[in-house]
Amino acid sequence: MTGPGSGPDAEAYAGLGDWTPESLVVSGEVRAVVSAPHLVLSRAADEVDPTAKETVQLAADLVATMRVSPGCVGLAAPQLGVGARVFAVDVTGHPKAVTVHGTFVLCNARVVEATRWKAGREGCMSVPDLTGDVKRASRLVVEGDLPGTGEPVRLVTDGFEARALQHEIDHCAGLLFLDRVAGAHAVYQRKVYL
Amino acid sequence: MNELAITVIGRDRPGIVADVAEVLAQLGANLTDSTMTRLRGHFAMTLICTGPAAAEVEAALAPLAAEGQLLATVRAVTPDGEVPPAGEPYVMAVHGSDRMGIVAAMTRVLVDGGGNVTDLSTRLAGSLYVVLAEVELPAGVADTLVDRLHRTAAELGVEVTLRPADPDLL
Repeated sequence: MTGPGSGPDAEAYAGLGDWTPESLVVSGEVRAVVSAPHLVLSRAADEVDPTAKETVQLAADLVATMRVSPGCVGLAAPQLGVGARVFAVDVTGHPKAVTVHGTFVLCNARVVEATRWKAGREGCMSVPDLTGDVKRASRLVVEGDLPGTGEPVRLVTDGFEARALQHEIDHCAGLLFLDRVAGAHAVYQRKVYL
Repeated sequence: MNELAITVIGRDRPGIVADVAEVLAQLGANLTDSTMTRLRGHFAMTLICTGPAAAEVEAALAPLAAEGQLLATVRAVTPDGEVPPAGEPYVMAVHGSDRMGIVAAMTRVLVDGGGNVTDLSTRLAGSLYVVLAEVELPAGVADTLVDRLHRTAAELGVEVTLRPADPDLL
């Protein structure tokens, strides 16, 4: 049945509210980041139970690993070698960020609205030696579940945070920025390491 | 008007572009399309120019190549001008562990599907090999080709995506 009120509608989704990684309670462990070509980066990851103990630990590990990695604004579970649809994002303080939601982790996230496509240069901790020009939506609506409570959330964002989210959602779908570059000469040797 | 295809490749150093372009300018050769880049420490130039006879350009470039650091070839070609696109533009991205024959196998699939590769670059970064190709495909073949590309990529142990190239809006 798909009548009104039977499926996930806008009312079922809240914003991030007061959610912080600390609400996961468990402490995160810094883990090794895997690099391409590793098969886990090229496989669509599995949906997770956001309330499961291992999902909560994974969320904490993603945040811990992201925080110790200079310049890292997002990290997805496949980058830790785990084929799960979970990622962390934090664009706080980034000069290109406009809307900023702080540090958050989403499970089973999906893009529901994407508009205003713009090209921009991207790098990736799992592709450390290359960068590429990728077109992404600069206005974005994403839905997903919070790890821990499993509460469904809807996130409306733009610009750099929107780009980071799309990059991480791609990781969960088994795609790297290399799969989305604009043309034969849109990939570059990385010149600056943070 | 002669049209010449020229390639120059050599150990990179400052001044290769200026040196070669200067030689061509002094001969009255008009540099039209070109691509120049550094590949693993070698500077490579491929260019088309119009003007003088091939032998004249070859002789003028000889002093640059004399020290053995640069290799230049000059060849007369038939002017075709701009060739209109023969299909719809797509971008193929391939990445995975480096191994022999990735470019050969993947581009063969494109060609067998009626495609024409118009631009291609490869990057080797550690053990990661990346191939990016722009290809013109006949209308309606992309879906079938994607299946064939995936099969070939699986045999090679690499990943492939084929997407329509973004149209230039302005």
